[in-house]
Amino acid sequence: MARVFIPFALRKMTGGATDVQIAGATLREVIDNLEEMFPGIKERLVQDDRIKVGMEAVVGEQPTREGLRAKVAEDAEVHFIPHIAGG
Amino acid sequence: MVATQEYKVIGTRPIRHDGLDKVTGRAIYGADVKLPDMLYGFVLRSPHAHARIRSIDTSAAEAMPGVVAVMTANDMPEAADELVDLGEGAINFSHASDHIMAMSKAKFKGHPVAAVAATSTNVAREAVAAIKVDWEVLKSAVTVDEALAPDAPVILDGWVGDDLGEKSTKPNVGSHFRHEFGDIEKGFADSTTIIEHRYDLAMVHQGYIEPHNGTAIWDQEDRVRLWTSTQGAFTVRTQLAGILQLDESRIKVTPTEIGGGFGGKIPIYVEPLAAILSKKSGGKPVRILMDRPEVFEATGPTPGGWVSVRLGVKDRKIIAGDADIRFDAGGFPGSPVGAAAMCVFSCYDIENTRIDGWDIIVNKPKTAAYRAPGSTHVAYAIECIIDEICEELDLDPIQFRLDNASKEGTRRGDGPIFPRIGNIETLEAARDSAHWNAPLDKNPGNGNVRGRGIANGYWFNVGLKSSVNLSVNTDGTVMLIEGSTDIGGTRASIAMQAAEVLGIRAEDIIPTVVDTDSVGYTDVTGGSRTTYATGFAAYKAAQNLIDELTARAATIWDIPEDEVVFEDGKFSSKSDPELSMTFKEIAGKLNETGGPVSSTGAVDLENAGGGFAVHICDLEIDPETGKTDVIRYTAVQDVGKAIHPSYVEGQMQGGAVQGIGWALNEEYFMSDDGQMVNSSYLDYRMPTSLDLPEIETVIVEVPNPIHPFGVRGVGEPPIVPPVAAIANAINDALGIRLREAPMNPGRILEALKEKNG
Amino acid sequence: MVDKVHVKTTINGQEYEFLVEPYMSLLETLRDVLNLTGTKEGCNDGNCGACTVEMNGRIVDSCCVLGAEVNGGTINTIEGMATAEGLHPLQQAFLEEAALQCGICTPGFLISAKSLLEREPDADEHRIRYWLAGNLCRCTGYDKIIKAVQKTQATA
Ligand code: FES
Ligand code: FES
Repeated sequence: MARVFIPFALRKMTGGATDVQIAGATLREVIDNLEEMFPGIKERLVQDDRIKVGMEAVVGEQPTREGLRAKVAEDAEVHFIPHIAGG
Repeated sequence: MVATQEYKVIGTRPIRHDGLDKVTGRAIYGADVKLPDMLYGFVLRSPHAHARIRSIDTSAAEAMPGVVAVMTANDMPEAADELVDLGEGAINFSHASDHIMAMSKAKFKGHPVAAVAATSTNVAREAVAAIKVDWEVLKSAVTVDEALAPDAPVILDGWVGDDLGEKSTKPNVGSHFRHEFGDIEKGFADSTTIIEHRYDLAMVHQGYIEPHNGTAIWDQEDRVRLWTSTQGAFTVRTQLAGILQLDESRIKVTPTEIGGGFGGKIPIYVEPLAAILSKKSGGKPVRILMDRPEVFEATGPTPGGWVSVRLGVKDRKIIAGDADIRFDAGGFPGSPVGAAAMCVFSCYDIENTRIDGWDIIVNKPKTAAYRAPGSTHVAYAIECIIDEICEELDLDPIQFRLDNASKEGTRRGDGPIFPRIGNIETLEAARDSAHWNAPLDKNPGNGNVRGRGIANGYWFNVGLKSSVNLSVNTDGTVMLIEGSTDIGGTRASIAMQAAEVLGIRAEDIIPTVVDTDSVGYTDVTGGSRTTYATGFAAYKAAQNLIDELTARAATIWDIPEDEVVFEDGKFSSKSDPELSMTFKEIAGKLNETGGPVSSTGAVDLENAGGGFAVHICDLEIDPETGKTDVIRYTAVQDVGKAIHPSYVEGQMQGGAVQGIGWALNEEYFMSDDGQMVNSSYLDYRMPTSLDLPEIETVIVEVPNPIHPFGVRGVGEPPIVPPVAAIANAINDALGIRLREAPMNPGRILEALKEKNG
Repeated sequence: MVDKVHVKTTINGQEYEFLVEPYMSLLETLRDVLNLTGTKEGCNDGNCGACTVEMNGRIVDSCCVLGAEVNGGTINTIEGMATAEGLHPLQQAFLEEAALQCGICTPGFLISAKSLLEREPDADEHRIRYWLAGNLCRCTGYDKIIKAVQKTQATA
């Protein structure tokens, strides 16, 4: 099970839960399973079959470069954070 | 701590490949582009911070001899109102288009409203002066507090920002987000010491010496060619395509040499205008160069705003942290407040944290990235408050930072946990440095007072996409084709990584930065990514080249491929010690054994794992005038691995000095009606050589485990700690906490007056 | 339109003869009329030194001099600093000491530093910093520029 952290703005949809244990071998499966648990949350994270522009998915320690295809390790953490740029 | 791996090329200091052209004046920068039959463009800009355009009359300009084309926002193609990924950040093309030329309303002073192409710059300037605009001047808001006030004007018509997942009820909120982990209320309830303060910073500019520029041809087949000095030719191509509504493949961007960027030359400004004027001129080339006031008033500075931080401590451990960060984004949403939120608590391991970030639309130029965007702001607040805690609890400032330092496994304020980072090693190197251990005479006897300050700073260093092509010359040299514009010696640092793999000298690699038609996609030279990511692509391309050459060696010797090994710059046979060729020898045999050999390497990398910079500053203040002189300065930084140490030191020194300017002098000084009143170098006053001492450097090397040579990225962390280090030094000297930057003589005198009654 | 001014001058040892608008700065004249683009523009108002050239033996910000003013005079620009014999020692030192990052300020610094060393070959660090304070560099923090000048002094 991955430990999925819920962005603060979506915690209303999870009854205030900060993080939840979700099964899934890929980020796509994890998000689909999250949607099953909290209907409506997927459209806040995914658009046009990719992570929403302006947002990044962290799988493990790093923002993934593989999008929804990213492999999620058994005990990995998953975060959705604002997309951040450098100078 | 030093990386242990032994290298032949990496870590040496060869002369950079582009150096000769740059010391002889031959290098072609953006303003040096000159094409046959070229026209000269100039832009009419709003004199008001906030004003509606009732009408524009261009007829007098059009009638002037020498004027070839005139444009307004009516000539801008209609762009999509949605967020599009730009690698480094995202862009809304409808905002971008409105930013490049105001559709109905100027949102900052300097906002373009019309442009002219003529046979000379002078004619273009005169024509621009002849354009009549009927303005309805509106009330403006130039600070975050003004823009959030109940009576604030609506700046971006129709905009509704996101406020913690809901639609914002305030018109100028670009967005408001929060990160919250642990139990913040309990954390503060358990704390025995709590300190909270608000720190304000003025907007500042990157200050690169070369103004923005663009020379464009839009031909009759709807192909656009553009020459410009930019941090990222491909990013320019994406922006142009979105704004001009053309396919990317119809646009070719040739990056010239670039005279500084620091994040400010990622967005485009005059480039689409040059293209549209070219189209309207029947495909003649049009060149537009900005002047210095235009650069200050109408290109993206870094935001001003404020950062409020509250820290709770128990038993010398920080157990609670609460931050409220409000940045002025400029006339359109999109300040680096997200990065600021990521960075604010990143130097520390704090169990209970809450971070609020606010992106606020104001009547100032739209902000852009500036070297570790957002991190300097938050470091100012937290690094000063850390010092206040140390003062109150009588703790050593480095030991307290070490006792609370983030490390591998620490949860960052925005959620993810840190991989291997060098925070502790950097703090230890600062603690052990000559500077920190040298005594400081606080009263030198001339009436002045001295103080010492220290601060830590974090930046995460991005990865992203890069492409490199290599081809072997028969004389044993290698051509390296790359898409990363070279702002500070990256041709060298990238070539050195390829040379290390190939077992040849850095000088035997001939690197060239090419246009967007001639190499694979490459993200911007920014985010401290170039030596890391494009270097990684060069490493991969070099590995692929070795594979090709291994196969060729097998052909030449007529032995199986797996019999051939490449080691120490030599191909040899595993079984027959007689069979051996250097790289140069096999290169000489390519022609008669199957022809040329080339390779490519492309990457899309994860972030470089983060870098920490600890700065130590000694300064001397004249209490009569409030003038502050930095008298000794040391920059300590974990760089992962220094490929070319001279340019690593140069980044550390340059970043530190930009931070020193930010701390002591630089600011957008705004009048009440939103005019920047110091839009010249004279009045903006960046540091000169005379304002500074030597900047000492201490390179720490905690290798980045995900890069073949351990590179982390260098350019951005050094601008993070200076403002806080200087504030802490001022406090050490005067016993005064200055919570507003710049900490200029006026502010120091005022604070002294207040203190002494 | 006003009439152009006829100018005869020596630039980098070569005789030049050209027409220039009376309002054109020397910087514009060099860059746009004569195609000597090694001299750079950073501000066009005398505050960055990117446009520094030597005029009649003194360094000036060429953006603050009119092109017409150089009639009969002598100008030296970055293009004239290296010769067929090779680089000027300052150019070599700038390369070796990594005294440039983006390089846009470099021509101006080289012209200023050359003028300093011709006048005061033994200038100390403070004097070097004082002399170069009219040239802005936003990339390097000046450290390596100062070191390059000192290295040139040491090897002279
Ligand atoms: S361009 Fe002449 S001093 Fe800046
Ligand atoms: S090297 Fe860039 S301004 Fe000096």
